[in-house]
Amino acid sequence: MKKVMLAILVLVIASAFVSQQTKPQPGGLKAAMTRGKTVYETVCLACHQVDGLGVQNMNPPLAKTKWVLGDKKALIKIVLKGLQGGEIEIDGDKFHNPMPPQESTLSDQEIADVLTYIRNSFGNKASLVAVGEVKAMRAKLK
Amino acid sequence: MKKVLILACSVVFAAAAFGSDTTRVKSSSTGTVKRDEAPLTLPTGFKSVVIAADLGRARHLTIAANGDVFVKLAKLKDGKGIIHLHDKNGDGKADEVTGFGNYVGTGITIKNGYLYASSDEDIFRYKIDEKTGKVDEGSEQKIVTGLWNKNQHESKSIVLDNNGNIYTNIGAPSNCCQVQDRVKGSPGQDPCPILEKAGGIWQFKADKLNQSYPEGVRYATGLRNVVGLDWNTEVNNLYVMQHGRDQLFQFFPELFNQKEGAENPAEEMFRLTKGADCGWPYCYYDNDKHEKLVTPEYGGDRKKADRCADKTKSVAQFPGHLAPNGLLFYTGSQFPEKYKNGAFIAFHGSWNRAPEPQAGFFVVFMPFKDGMPSGKWEVFADGFSQLPKDVTSGRAKYRPCGLAQGPDGSLYVSDDNNGTIWKVSYSK
Repeated sequence: MKKVMLAILVLVIASAFVSQQTKPQPGGLKAAMTRGKTVYETVCLACHQVDGLGVQNMNPPLAKTKWVLGDKKALIKIVLKGLQGGEIEIDGDKFHNPMPPQESTLSDQEIADVLTYIRNSFGNKASLVAVGEVKAMRAKLK
Repeated sequence: MKKVLILACSVVFAAAAFGSDTTRVKSSSTGTVKRDEAPLTLPTGFKSVVIAADLGRARHLTIAANGDVFVKLAKLKDGKGIIHLHDKNGDGKADEVTGFGNYVGTGITIKNGYLYASSDEDIFRYKIDEKTGKVDEGSEQKIVTGLWNKNQHESKSIVLDNNGNIYTNIGAPSNCCQVQDRVKGSPGQDPCPILEKAGGIWQFKADKLNQSYPEGVRYATGLRNVVGLDWNTEVNNLYVMQHGRDQLFQFFPELFNQKEGAENPAEEMFRLTKGADCGWPYCYYDNDKHEKLVTPEYGGDRKKADRCADKTKSVAQFPGHLAPNGLLFYTGSQFPEKYKNGAFIAFHGSWNRAPEPQAGFFVVFMPFKDGMPSGKWEVFADGFSQLPKDVTSGRAKYRPCGLAQGPDGSLYVSDDNNGTIWKVSYSK
């Protein structure tokens, strides 16, 4: 009996460890989405709008675009370092407002949260962004 | 079998073509006019007709003496940046749509036998015969070159006076000249170095080739971005509409609540004389305090006027972020007397009012007497956005941008989202 208990304990610890590995966000997707929504509304909404569709020729949409759903590293870099106006082109349309760099205003956790939020809102569905991925990119860009 | 397939395909194509014929009027060229597209909401006695559609990013427009319409595009259509609309059969709609000029831009105007058009860096001109609308494309001359185009506020609007000068705005590639543009907490640069090359109106000679900054005169400064401008021939002055700065609520929530951030700063109309300083980036017009005050990035607290007290005062103020893109002083005789010498302003519509509902997307009228506003502004043409009331989306269906007056006194309005051109006329 004791052995079985021990085995179960080991199993529980192991599974907790595994889930820690596959759930790179504290509290999982739901908690990250809630935190990310707050960041979005404070920092991003002014330009990208409530519906994530942006503004024609000014601020690019975040819905269903490779800029958001594609390479996470590139996406993290955009948030950290910003973009000049005109750098984003979607379906032949350019967007003229610059994206301000957020490296001095947002923490790694906040960036991971807000990117997780935009990758899973406005009809988007994509993998989470982990705080470690943001940390690594920030270190690389230093 | 092959024959059957071809036959089947033909029938399907024919059916499709027939189907689309019920909603579209086919023109002889590339343009098509949707029959019942977007009737505008107008005062009693006015009606609107869509004369052309689907031109794409139709910015400013101008009308020749024969009624031909020239539209400047911010995105090439079939490789052309200037569209020439001609009504061959006299049904009031453009049935001959041609183009020339392989550059994108905003400004276009006709004066003294020349058609002037701008890219985002240069100004060109062409000989035009206004009686026939014929443009001599081979006569293209570059009169101004090398103006700042740094992607933000890059468009160049143009207008001429009656003394052989042409005026253009050079928009500041910045929100309010912070060290780091649009980064919360980044201070304003003092003095703002942008003002040497942008953030104002420059004056050039209308007939001299290849002018740039050394040959130009900085006619007015302290203007963040201007798209709508016009020469008022009644009082012989330049009038411009400034787009005010963004993000007061987001950057200074302790000074502006969400609603105040949507309403501030004012979009301002200035009557300019040479040497005017309208205050950007150091000053902004506060719509709640009715005063020009120091910008928060420069130490402003919504009370201090300090260095802003002696800046050029605006002659009219409008709610924040409505984006005035077209200005026209009406000199025609077709409209009722109250419109004579008054100002029509095309508001492109807001984005920086979110999460408050967006606003604008209309053409307003403001009565004038002796070059000064003589009454409150009123909405003249509405119905462009087709967004349900109080929806916060930034994606309007049509966005009014340019205004022009026809030889018969009709008012033309362009939309730079779909490229729709309306002609508005009046009859008792």
